Order: sequence, then C-alpha cells, then structure tokens
Amino acid sequence: MASLKDMRVRIASTKATQKITKAMQMVAASKLRRAQTAAEAARPYANKMSAVISNIASAAAGSPGAPVLLAGTGRDQVHLLLVCTGERGLSGAFNSSIVRLARERALALIAQGKEVKFFCVGRKGYEQLRRLFDKQIVEHMDLRSVRQLGFVNAEEIAKKVLVRFDNGEFDVCTLFYSQFKSVIAQVPTAQQIIPLVIEEGGANGSATSYEYEPEEDEILTRLLPRNLAVQIFRALLENNASFYGAQMSAMDNATRNAGEMIRKQTLVYNRTRQAQITKELIEIISGAEAV
Amino acid sequence: MATFHFDLVSPEKLAFSGEVDQVDIPGVEGDFGVLAGHAPVVAAVRPGILTVTTGGRHEKIIVLGGLAEVSENGLTVLADVATSLAELDRAQFAETIAEMEENLKEHEGSELDQAIERLDHFKSIQHQLNATAMH
Repeated sequence: MASLKDMRVRIASTKATQKITKAMQMVAASKLRRAQTAAEAARPYANKMSAVISNIASAAAGSPGAPVLLAGTGRDQVHLLLVCTGERGLSGAFNSSIVRLARERALALIAQGKEVKFFCVGRKGYEQLRRLFDKQIVEHMDLRSVRQLGFVNAEEIAKKVLVRFDNGEFDVCTLFYSQFKSVIAQVPTAQQIIPLVIEEGGANGSATSYEYEPEEDEILTRLLPRNLAVQIFRALLENNASFYGAQMSAMDNATRNAGEMIRKQTLVYNRTRQAQITKELIEIISGAEAV
Repeated sequence: MATFHFDLVSPEKLAFSGEVDQVDIPGVEGDFGVLAGHAPVVAAVRPGILTVTTGGRHEKIIVLGGLAEVSENGLTVLADVATSLAELDRAQFAETIAEMEENLKEHEGSELDQAIERLDHFKSIQHQLNATAMH
C-alpha cells in the first residue's frame, strides 16, 4: 500500500499534467480561430479559380490538344500520393486518420498491380508511412520552421510535384488531407488533382460566352499549374484548422480525464488518512484502558 | 456614372471588394480599361499596376500576374500577389529584382525567356513607382 506521502505526490503530479493539457487546449483554441479565418480568407480565390477553370476546361477537355494536366497521360499505372499531415502530435487521431486513408488507398492500388509513390508533407505522416513504405517515399517536406502558412509554401510543393510529373514519374496524383467540418469533426479526404477532375455543378457559368485574351489554350496552360498550387494551399489551410480543432478536443478530453483521476485519487487519499487516524485513536484508547 | 462590382482576390485574402467606376488592368496582350457593362472576357494579367477609379479617386494596386474575369456580375481579378502602392516596401521590391537578375543564369531555353519577360515587367513597375515618387 502506498504511503500518504506517495499519494500526495501522485495527486500533485496529476494536477500538474492537468494544468499543461488545459493550457494546450486554450492555445489550440486561439490558434484554431486564426487558422479558421485564414482558411475562410482563401476560399473566394479557390472557388473563383475552379469556376473559371471548369468553364474553360469543359470546352477544352474533349479536344485532342488538351493539356496533359487536364487530360492525363492516358495511363494510370503509377500513382503519386501527396499526403499532408501535421508537424506535431498530441492531437488525437488527426494524423493517423489521414495516414490510414492513404495507406488503405495505397494497399488497394498495389493489390491492383499499380505502382505507388509517396510525397509526404509534414513530419508525422512521414514517420508513420516510413514504417510500411520506406522505399516508395520519393520525397518529404517539413513545414516545421514555417510560422505562418503562406501561398509560397504551397507553390513550392506544387513545383516539386510538377517537376516529377513532367519527368513522367507518375500518371495520377491524389492529395490527402483532413477537411475541416467543425471543431469536433475533421474528415480525412482524398482528392485527385492530376489529371484534374472537373466538378459537374461548376459549369453553371457556361451560359455566358467569354472572349479570351490570349487564347483559351494559353490561359489554360497558365492556369492549371496555378490551380494545383491553389488546391494544395487550400488543403494545407484546411489541415491546419483541422489540426488545431483535433488538438483542442483531444486536450479537452485529457483535461477532463485528469480531473476524474484527481477526484479518485483524492478519495482514496482521504479514506486512507481517516483509516490511519482511527487506527491511531484505537491504539491510544486501548493503551489508556490497559493502564 | 454607372458603377459595377469589383473583387480583387489573392490566395491569402480578399484584397478589394466594392462598387467602382473604372478599373485599368495590365493585360498580357496590353492594358485595358473596364467600365460598367463591359463584354464578358477572360484575360491573363501580367505583373503591373492596376488602377481602380471610384468617384474621381484613383487607387493603385500592384498585381504580380493573375487572371481577370468580366461577367455580368462584375469584374473579378485573381491576382497571384496584390499589394496596394502605399503598403509596398520599395527596398524589398528592389531586392526581389536583384535576386531575379541573379537567378537568371540558372534558367535556360524557353524558361529563360519567361524569366526575362517577368523581370522586365517587374522593372517597369519599379520605373513607374520611381516616376510617381518624384512628382
């Protein structure tokens, strides 16, 4: 049986842990707000971009001269999985749920006889995927030193992906990230970005016939690489917001569990203390009676 | 004078949104002005200075490439980077140009042409900036 002093030490240590998790929760909450505004600020651009692209692309997709980024290479033998995860843990199932989705997709593709390559963004995803697919990871990038996610980060990633695509290293590229629904719901999502999938509903603007300056093809060749960066940027921002959301609810749980533990430990401590006092009293009384 | 709706968005934020009289856009194939009731057009934008006119007031915004779309709902410019003239750090801009000149050597072929073209656009912005600063 632990002595009273040991129990006191344990309670104090649980309280210290609770203080830390509480602080982390509050930090995550304030960072979440900022990440959410950033994600919302980026939305008009991404939406406009996809509206314009789907407008032009729906016309160009059928033509034989359509850009490769839109039409694809005509094969789907080699897949590149672009997996975006967080840089830090202590965020519940956030990182592992993205990795799980990517891993299941990869295993399914391998079972179909396809070749799979990985591009990891974020340290956590890299560490988890390395165990299974060490040889297939062609590149990994850390955003650890990045304080404020900027468009340049997304551009850098897009550039690396495009270089590999131009070298013919893969045919299809899929982006994995966590979509931010709400503080308690983050949905791991797979989105194919090369060749581009045009959403059906996006072509409602096709009623207006635009003039193009320069020609449609040229605009499209300018826009498609740009769109890639925009999609990646959006994914990074969504991921960032999801991360803080997940961390916030994980730390909220941890704080509550610590509180529960403190309650139980204190109960045991008080019982033991009372038992000891009673025992001492009995000893004194029976000693006095014996005299 | 009739006004129309103008949105200037960059990936990081909505840089401008409101009713305006006229917008002059540096297009890839030449500058053009947009007034209310302009025909629908999609045009690529080169790095340059965009002028927004509202009620006789001019506001100059530097855009580093992008795309302009005119529809019946108004004008939308998707800018790669949008900075208002007042906010621009001139020293840093000069630094960027110097950096681009430095990096020219690394490019070759058609990429070199593109880099030179882009550099020219940047230099013309700087030239215009210095010209306005003297007045």
